[in-house]
Amino acid sequence: MTPNNLIIGFVPLLDCATLVAAVEKGFTAQEGLEVTLVRETSWANIRDRIVVGHFDAAQMLGPMTIASSLGIGHLTVPLVAPISLGLGGNAITVSNTLWMQMQKHGAKLNADPASQGAALKQVIADRAQQGQPSLTFGMVYPFSCHNYELRYWLAACGVNPDQDVQLVVIPPPLLVDALREGQVDGFCVGEPWNSLAVEAGVGTIVNTTSQIWRLSPEKVLGCRADWAKQHPEQVDGLIRAIYRAAQWCDQPENHSALASLLAKPRYIGAPVDVLQRALGCKLRLASNTAVVEIPEFFVMHKQLANFPWASHALWYYSQMVRWKQLSFSNNAIDAVRATYRPDLYRNALLLIDESIPKTDYKTERAVVGRYVVNENNSSLTLAPEGFFDGRVFEPTDVAGYIKEFA
Amino acid sequence: MSDPSFRILIVDQNVTRASVLEDGLREAGYADVVVVRDMQNLLKRIVDAEPDVIFIDLENPNRDVLEQMFQVSRTVQRPIAMFVDKSDAGMTEAAVNAGVSAYVVDGLKKERIHSILELTISRFRAFNQLRSELDKTKQQLEERKLVDRAKGILMKERNLNEEQAYALLRKAAMNENLKLSQVAQSIITASKLLK
Repeated sequence: MTPNNLIIGFVPLLDCATLVAAVEKGFTAQEGLEVTLVRETSWANIRDRIVVGHFDAAQMLGPMTIASSLGIGHLTVPLVAPISLGLGGNAITVSNTLWMQMQKHGAKLNADPASQGAALKQVIADRAQQGQPSLTFGMVYPFSCHNYELRYWLAACGVNPDQDVQLVVIPPPLLVDALREGQVDGFCVGEPWNSLAVEAGVGTIVNTTSQIWRLSPEKVLGCRADWAKQHPEQVDGLIRAIYRAAQWCDQPENHSALASLLAKPRYIGAPVDVLQRALGCKLRLASNTAVVEIPEFFVMHKQLANFPWASHALWYYSQMVRWKQLSFSNNAIDAVRATYRPDLYRNALLLIDESIPKTDYKTERAVVGRYVVNENNSSLTLAPEGFFDGRVFEPTDVAGYIKEFA
Repeated sequence: MSDPSFRILIVDQNVTRASVLEDGLREAGYADVVVVRDMQNLLKRIVDAEPDVIFIDLENPNRDVLEQMFQVSRTVQRPIAMFVDKSDAGMTEAAVNAGVSAYVVDGLKKERIHSILELTISRFRAFNQLRSELDKTKQQLEERKLVDRAKGILMKERNLNEEQAYALLRKAAMNENLKLSQVAQSIITASKLLK
């Protein structure tokens, strides 16, 4: 084994696409790296295998890297995230029964999250009045974007996620069955699991998380901070390989080949057409309805999708504090800040990418056509972004933001 | 140093391995061992059992279900932490290498759990070793069957005796830098096609 033989863990979800393409399309080989991808069954395994050194790097939930750096719930092992694997790709799906109840209160296919949430709030009130048990929603991990996005949506619509509903963790491959058997009434998960619930005739997609927070962050490449320090060339190579793979993945003409690759049992093992649809930001929201396009539902490269914004890390932290996974401290802010590494990204891509932002932070607010100034002092325009409820996240004032929710 | 007051919960879909571990723990004097095989409503089962220590195999996707227990204090009576001690990285590594993870109720004394962990890890290791040996034997058996079939084909088609057929196979494998079973497989496939 040479230092260029790397073992990288992944989980069968649509956003392993950039990682799979990096290896299968020769982008890692181009960097002199020989990468073995290992499929994992749980996020806990991904974390543990990174911690004990079975994996050099892995596809990780953004908040997971921060939780490990902060030592919440496990050993304190500083991790770093030098590149993002994409934006969005998640959705909230409910059982057909719950959807029918929501429809009675005005929910409509592909309506905005505020009106869908208002309908859900009514259903919850009805159930409480009739003495029925509270609704149960599944998500994939306590430190996940799914958990925070689901909670954000519920809370913004007047539903207390800790009191009015029950949130449980269920692994993605078990979610469709859990919905069918009534173990959960809905869930928030990445593709293809929402589409598979619709295809199985057991669920309806209420909203994508890209509708809750446009251009919202998702998975990153994560590795141990000490490993990254000891292997700067390998980290650089991985960043470049994933960056180029992401460019390739984002081209619509490559979606068919990419979907066939991901459909293989050793990767995701889901039907090609379902995967290809989602790669092209298209979803069937309910059984027997036409496929609709959701702009920027899943972005693999455009919109600076691979840049590891430090402000994203800080937003995750704000939600960890908000939902009482830990208490606020300025030391923690520093550790969070040190986990996301735009500096490594810039360093690796200096000669390749002309659109690297000059700043590590962006204010998250609902704007149409934001400008980001890049290294050449020219500006580039992003698609509309921000939270559906219009709330603004100012990364320079995390404490103030958290107080707004109190 | 056994302590019968511990309740130990084993979550493992591999029935044999779970029993091996269960037996081992009982032999060591831990009488209160509960094995969960059915993964339905796992969280509720765990909450009802009120274990002090939980073991789960790493192949089990339900590990993430357990992870939530650190966070959801309102559904469990006693907070559950991962592993003996946050500083005990060595034990974590040994467990992960053996393919098992442990969750321990917060506040339990490190020494009291150490022996349970060690026992579990060694049982897991022994089981995995046994399994890989079994897999190897099975594979060897399969390969021998292939070679025997290929030998039979060669003997019939080329009018060779068994020794000659085997020598021919070996020579081809060495020349092509292939395993004997791979050459055998190609001969079987080719002979099917030529039929």
